[in-house]
Amino acid sequence: MTDGPTPDAVATAAPQGAERFLEVRGLKKYFPVKGGVLNRTIAHVQAVDDISFDVAKGETLGIVGESGCGKSTTARLLMRLIEPDSGTVHFDGRVIGASNGIPVREMRRQMQMVFQDSYSSLNARLPVEATVAFGPIVHGVSRPEARERARRLLYDVGLDASRFMKRYPHELSGGQRQRVNVARALALQPRVLILDEAVSALDKSVEAQVLNLLLDLKKEYDLTYVFISHDLNVVQYVSDRVLVMYLGQVVEIGPVDEIYANPRHPYTRALLSSRPSMDPERRITEPPLSGDPPNPINPPSGCRFHTRCAFANEVCARVTPVLSTFGDDARHEVACHMMSPGSGHPDAPARA
Amino acid sequence: MAEVEALRPGAEAEVPIGAIVARGYWGTVAYRLSQDPVTIAFGVVLILIFLAAIFAPVLAPHDPYKTNMPMRLTAIGTPGFLLGGDELGRDMLTRLLYGGRVSLFMGLTPVLLALLIGGSLGVTAGFVGGKVNMGIMRVMDVFYAFPTVLLAIGLTGALGTGSRNLLIAITVILSPPIARVAESVTTQVRAFDFVEAARASGADTSTIIRVHVLSNVLGPILIYTTSLVSVSIIISAGLSFLGFGVTPPTADWGLMLATLRTTIWANPYVAVLPGLMIFITSMCFNLLSDGMRNAMDMRF
Amino acid sequence: MDYILRRILYAIPIALGVTVIVFSLVYMGPVDPLTAVTPDDAEPHVIEMIKKQYGFDKPIPVQYLIWLKRALMGDFGVSLQSNRPVIEEVIPALRKTMMLAMVATGLAFSVAFVLGVLAAYHNGTWMDRIFTGTAVIGVSVPNYWLSIVLVVIFAVELNWLPAVGMGPRGSGEWEWDLVHIRYLILPVIAVSAIPVGIITRTTRACVLEMLSQEFVPALHSKGITSVRVLVHVVRNAAPTVLAATGIQFGHLLGGSILVETVFVWPGTGYLLNESIFRRDFPVLQGTIAVLAIFFVLINLIVDIVQTWLDPRIKRG
Ligand SMILES: Nc1ncnc2c1ncn2[C@@H]1O[C@H](COP(=O)(O)OP(=O)(O)O)[C@@H](O)[C@H]1O
Ligand code: SF4
Ligand SMILES: [Mg+2]
Repeated sequence: MTDGPTPDAVATAAPQGAERFLEVRGLKKYFPVKGGVLNRTIAHVQAVDDISFDVAKGETLGIVGESGCGKSTTARLLMRLIEPDSGTVHFDGRVIGASNGIPVREMRRQMQMVFQDSYSSLNARLPVEATVAFGPIVHGVSRPEARERARRLLYDVGLDASRFMKRYPHELSGGQRQRVNVARALALQPRVLILDEAVSALDKSVEAQVLNLLLDLKKEYDLTYVFISHDLNVVQYVSDRVLVMYLGQVVEIGPVDEIYANPRHPYTRALLSSRPSMDPERRITEPPLSGDPPNPINPPSGCRFHTRCAFANEVCARVTPVLSTFGDDARHEVACHMMSPGSGHPDAPARA
Repeated sequence: MAEVEALRPGAEAEVPIGAIVARGYWGTVAYRLSQDPVTIAFGVVLILIFLAAIFAPVLAPHDPYKTNMPMRLTAIGTPGFLLGGDELGRDMLTRLLYGGRVSLFMGLTPVLLALLIGGSLGVTAGFVGGKVNMGIMRVMDVFYAFPTVLLAIGLTGALGTGSRNLLIAITVILSPPIARVAESVTTQVRAFDFVEAARASGADTSTIIRVHVLSNVLGPILIYTTSLVSVSIIISAGLSFLGFGVTPPTADWGLMLATLRTTIWANPYVAVLPGLMIFITSMCFNLLSDGMRNAMDMRF
Repeated sequence: MDYILRRILYAIPIALGVTVIVFSLVYMGPVDPLTAVTPDDAEPHVIEMIKKQYGFDKPIPVQYLIWLKRALMGDFGVSLQSNRPVIEEVIPALRKTMMLAMVATGLAFSVAFVLGVLAAYHNGTWMDRIFTGTAVIGVSVPNYWLSIVLVVIFAVELNWLPAVGMGPRGSGEWEWDLVHIRYLILPVIAVSAIPVGIITRTTRACVLEMLSQEFVPALHSKGITSVRVLVHVVRNAAPTVLAATGIQFGHLLGGSILVETVFVWPGTGYLLNESIFRRDFPVLQGTIAVLAIFFVLINLIVDIVQTWLDPRIKRG
C-alpha cells in the first residue's frame, strides 16, 4: 500500500503505528428475496454494501447502528459463516480463504464470535462443559485435556466449574449462559473476538458484570475485539474506535472520544441525541431520528440517509457521498456531503 | 480457585432458574415416563409379548409344524391345546408364540430401516437446504402422494411376493413421512445460533450433524417413528394376510388369520385369535407412542 | 388466491412423479416388462404388436412418454386375464369402491365429529377417556381382522347379515334397496374404523385448541350461551376436520383392498388382489394409476377447500 491519499488508503485509517489485524475491503453481501407464484428471486436485500475498515491489534472496534443495518451480517462475513458476494478480508496480513492466504479453518481458530441470543447459541442437549470443550476436541485436543480446558475457562468467566459444568443451558440464567458463550469462544485461544450484541439481551446489572468480565478477559488474554451493539452507551464504554453503520454502509468511523464528542454525520448526531444520556451537558441538540430505516431491498439513492436527514439537499439524493477525512485528524472519517469540500451541498466547506 | 472466583464479577448474584438436579433430556424423559401408569401398563404387556416371541421355543408346548388331524379345530380350553388347534390340528398357542416372532420382525424391521433411510434423507435435506433439500423432498412428496396401503400393494405386486419384498415395500412407504418430519425439525434446528457457533469452532458438517443436530432432532423423529410401528405391524400382517409375505407353513399372525378365515363357520373363536394378537400389539404400540410423545415433548 | 394457484402448479410435478412411479412398477419386478404385459399364450404377431404399442424397442424415457400419452387418454392396455381394456375393468370397480368409501367416510365423519367434540368438551372426564379410547382402538384395529370378527358375530353367530358379496346370488349389480344395503353394512363398518379413530382425534385436538383460546371466555363473559359458543367453536374447527376427513376418504379409496378381499366386494381392492395373483400386470398398473391420481386430486381439492373455508390460514 502506498502513502498516497488514495481513497483506499484513507478508508483504512487505523490507529497510527499500530499493526493491523483485520483489513476489510469492499465487503458486500446481498441476500436474494424470493417471491411470486414460482418462488423466484425477485429482489435483493443489500445487507452489507461495500464496506471497508481496519481493526488494529489489541484495540476494540465498536460497531453501532439501528437494528437491520447489517451489523450481524458483517460479523458473519468476517467469520466466513456466509460467503461475501465480493470484497476481501486480510487476517494478520493474509487474505482469508484465498489460496495463498489463510485457510478459513485456521482463521476460525484465531478469530471467534459470541452470539447475541444466549439461548439459541447454546445446544440445549449438551451440558455446558461439553459445549465449551467442543471446539478444542474438533481441533484435535484430547478429550480429557479439552474438558480440563473447559473447566478452567468456566472459572475464568466466573462460573464455578464444579457446580456448572454438568448443567444444561435451561438450568442457567441469561448472564450465566452468556458467560458460557464467552468461555466457548475463548476455548480455541483466539486472538480476535467478535461480540455480536453480546450483552444486549441481559438486564442492566448483569450487563455491567459481563462487560467488565469482557474487559478483564481482553487484558488477560491479550485480545482484539470487534464489539457490535445498537446500544451507544455500551459501545462508548468498551470501544477504542467506533464505526457507525447505516443501511449496510459505513457512514462514520473514528476514535471513540471524537465520535461521541464531535460527531459529524447527521445520522450519528441523531443517534446520539436520541439516547438517554446520563450527562445532560453533553447532550447534542439535534432532531431525533424519526420513523424506521428505509427498506434495504431498495435503499434510497445517493446518500442512503437523505430520506431522514434534516440537512438533505438535492445533491444528496443524486450523489453518493464517499467516506473520507475532513480535518486534521486522519483517523476520523465521515460520508456526508456537508463535510466534503466542493460536493455541491450548500453547507459544505469551500474547496481548499 | 477461590482466588479466581473472587476476581470475577460474581455470577452467584444471579438467580439460576430452579435449583434442578441436572437430569438432561433423556433423564427427564425417563422420569416423566415413570409417572405415567397407562403407558407403563401397556409397555409391560408389550414386553411380555416380545418375551413370549423371543422365548417361543422354550415356552411353546408343542411343535409349531407338526400336524395332528384329530386335533383339527379343537375348541379353546382343550387340555394340552389351551387355545385350541388350527385347521391342521397344530397347537394354536404354540403357533401364536412362534407367529409373534415373524410378525414382530416383519412389522418392526421396516420401521427401523425407514428410520435410517427416511431419517438420514430428511436430516440431510434439512441441514443442507437449498437445491439438495428441494431434490430430496420433492421425491419424498411423490411417494407421499400415494395412499399408503395402495403403494405397498403396488410395490409388492411389482417386486413379487415374498417376505424380503414385503419388507422393502413397507420400508418405502414409511420412509417419506419420516423424512418429512426429520426435514422439518432439522430445518428448525439449523436456524439456531449454536449450529453457526459450531461451524465457527471449525467443525465440519458431519461433526455438526452428529453432535449438535442429532441430539436435538432425534427426540422428535423418534416420537414420530414410534407412532408408525403400529401402522407397520398392521400393514405388514395385512400383506401376509393377502398372501404376499411369508409362505406356509411358517407361523405368522397375518398368514394364520388368512388360512383360518376359511374355518370361521366351524370354529370362529380360534379363527380370530391371530388377528387379536395383531390388534393387541398394535394398540400397545399406539398407546406407548402416545405416552412417549407426552414424555418427550418439551421445549428447552 | 396466490396460494391456490401455487398449490395447483405444485400438484402438476407431483402428479407427473406419481405417473413415473406407476410406470416404473413394470421395471421393478423380476420379469422383463414385455413378458409382464403379454399374455402367456400370445402369438408372435401379438407380441410384436404389443412391443410396438408400448415402444419396448425405444429408450426408457420414450417408453414413459408413450405410456403417459396413452394413459392420459385412458388407455392402460388390455387385461391379460379377460382380454378387455383395463379401463373397462377399473371404472366399474372404482365405482363400487367409491360407494363403500363414501358411505364409510360419511358415517365416520358423523360419528367421529360428535365423539371428538364431546371428548374435548368434557376434557379429562370418563367420557373423554372412553371416546379417546375408542379412537385409539379405531386406529389400532386391523380392519381385515375387524371384518372377520364382524362376519363371525353378525353372519356366523347371529345370522343377521350376509357374510360376503354385494348382492344376492353373487350379483354384481348394485341397487339402493334393502336387500343390497344389507350387504353394505359390515364392509362399511370395517372400513370406517381407522377414519373414526383419526377424525375423532383431530376433532378433539382442534376443539380443545379452540376452547383454550381467549375468545371463548370473552364470548361467555358477553353472556353468550354455551350452545352458541359450541356453534362458534364447531364452525372454527370444521375446516381442519373436513380436511382430515377428505384425506381419509382418499386413503380409503386406495386402502380398502383387505376389507374388499374379506367381503369379496368387487371393488378396486379386490381387482388389485386378483391382478397380483393372476400376474395381470396391465390391470395392476392401471388400477394403481387411476387410484393414485385420484388421491392427488383429492389432496389438492382438500387443500383448496380448506384454504377457502379458513381465511386465517396464510401459507407461504
Ligand atoms: N440470511 C438472510 N437472508 C435474507 N436476509 C437477511 C439474512 N440475514 C440478514 N438479512 C437481512 O439483512 C439485513 C441486515 O441484517 P443484520 O445483519 O442481521 O442486521 P443487524 O445485525 O444490524 O440488526 C436485514 O434487513 C435482514 O433482514
Ligand atoms: S449527505 Fe446529505 S443526506 Fe446524507 S447525511 Fe449528509 S447532508 Fe444528510
Ligand atoms: Mg444483529
